[in-house]
Amino acid sequence: MAEKPITDEKRVFMTGNEAVAWAALAAEAEIMYGYPITPQNEIMHYWTRLAPKYKRKFLQTEDEISAGFTTCGGVLAGKRAFTATAGPGNVLMQEAMSMAEMMRIPTVVVVQQRGGPSTATVIYSQQETTLTCFGGNGEGLRLVYSTSSHQELFDYTIKAFYMAWKYRFPTFVLGDGYQAKMRESLYLYNPIEKGMPLAESYPFLGQEGRPGVEREPSHLRNTYNTEEELYQIISGYVEDYERMIPEVVEYQVSDLEDAEIVVIAHGIVSRAAREAVKVLRQEGRKVGYFRPITLRPFPTGKLREIAPKAKKLVVAESAQGQLFKLVQEALYGETVPLEPYFKPGLGITGEELVEFLQSNFGQ
Amino acid sequence: MATVPKMPKSWRVETKPHKFCPGCGHGLVLKALGEAIDELDIQDRVVFGCDIGCSLLAWDFFNVDIVQTHHGRTTPVMVGVKRARPDRICIAYMGDGGGYAIGAQHLVNAATRNEKITAILVNNCNYGMTGGQMAPTTLPEMKTETTPYGRDVEETGYPTQGPEMVAAITREGAYTARGTVAKVRQLKNYLKKALQNQLEGKGFSFVEALSGCPTNWSTNAKATWAFLEENMTKYFKVGEVKVPVKEEE
Repeated sequence: MAEKPITDEKRVFMTGNEAVAWAALAAEAEIMYGYPITPQNEIMHYWTRLAPKYKRKFLQTEDEISAGFTTCGGVLAGKRAFTATAGPGNVLMQEAMSMAEMMRIPTVVVVQQRGGPSTATVIYSQQETTLTCFGGNGEGLRLVYSTSSHQELFDYTIKAFYMAWKYRFPTFVLGDGYQAKMRESLYLYNPIEKGMPLAESYPFLGQEGRPGVEREPSHLRNTYNTEEELYQIISGYVEDYERMIPEVVEYQVSDLEDAEIVVIAHGIVSRAAREAVKVLRQEGRKVGYFRPITLRPFPTGKLREIAPKAKKLVVAESAQGQLFKLVQEALYGETVPLEPYFKPGLGITGEELVEFLQSNFGQ
Repeated sequence: MATVPKMPKSWRVETKPHKFCPGCGHGLVLKALGEAIDELDIQDRVVFGCDIGCSLLAWDFFNVDIVQTHHGRTTPVMVGVKRARPDRICIAYMGDGGGYAIGAQHLVNAATRNEKITAILVNNCNYGMTGGQMAPTTLPEMKTETTPYGRDVEETGYPTQGPEMVAAITREGAYTARGTVAKVRQLKNYLKKALQNQLEGKGFSFVEALSGCPTNWSTNAKATWAFLEENMTKYFKVGEVKVPVKEEE
């Protein structure tokens, strides 16, 4: 019998990609489908080394289109299936994810963002925010977690399986090349021992019993004949999605009480933002911090509560305004000024944010 | 006295008459497939995937589990199901555009990996659902909506010979054949062998079925059969292309 991959909680020092592979094992993911692309490769490398020991499976596909669709197939067959990708691979993956959205297939995709557009860099960026939240010819009915550390990569990869199967919306863990390739300390644990429920998987196809005789056959489709039919389906999905929002939305805040300037960042940039806030608070600056953890759905309610109390909001991201657009949409009608700090494809340090924020306080 | 044609047991009576155009060959391919499923008694193990294009109209055709996917993507979805549930009999059903154009990389790679699935491709020399454009299988000189003066092979190449291509890239254990709706019994036999091959876990199995498209060919019954039996079979040879060697006793 295959043993449990993780029994007792243990502190480890590893790359984020390795942490994702361990998280998928801990979440009892059964099969990974994948295609090589930097910087997510080591998720596959660790998975392929670990999987056979715990009776899990892997298939290397011909491209990301296939990785996305085989993942859909694995989930339809009733397995906790996942894939991982980045950059141009994430672009190709969107076709399958739009099918997952339409057919409510609980896929899990880990995205380790690289530079864009096009091939760009293999290193790092936050330029896949819009794509991951709204890719495909649909409405972005997905769940997107933006992680900022290796511990969170581990935690949210486990959580992604649970949430995907609970709500049946395609779920994404949005990391980046820094988180993928850096080594950092984190705790690995068995979620069951922490009292965290595992995703309850079940087959959408290939159930027991003779179809048409002992049970109705499963006939699943994503094609509809009339506008009204489609409208009815999508309206139902939107209702489900909106009902889910208060149950899933997550954010992190600090130092908001008297904050005149609030810095907003997601993913790894939020660590620089937190650091900058800490430094500036020591200097007596009234600066606060807001970080959306779920980018889809976006923590609109909390942000709208914060915004009127601040004199200015600074949005910092390694992209040219992809988070900014989400913030703008959330704050429609508010008058608080927004200050962009955009570095597309470039990392952002705490020091440079300290400097930028200081300049925003003026003399 | 009117006779009611016998339907395969695995057909879903509630969804008949089917949704294909009058004279379309899909109904015959699916009849042959239904009989093959019945004879092998695998109705409760089949997972059937259909592509986009006319093949999607099969989405509620059988009393078996069915998923309708995207254009060209039925092969990877069925590969995904089979890898996750090897006890299921997975059938990827597609047209010539889905298999030889937009999903060609999936067909080629599923074949090279010797995936234990059965792919069935209906070849009617054109894109039917979208209104009769040139397909990879359009015959030289044949007129379609995107080759209104006839297919110029200098411009657009020669028609894809799918089973021959699949046979060339698969190893021992794979099964490939080309049947035709003009010989339904033979086609059923090929489909049965292809499914048997999957049941035995030998390898990838692939059957192309030559089929008529009177709607887009603008042909009457007589001309449809003439095109199918004369023009198409000259270029697309009917028969088994690759059969696994029987193991020595």
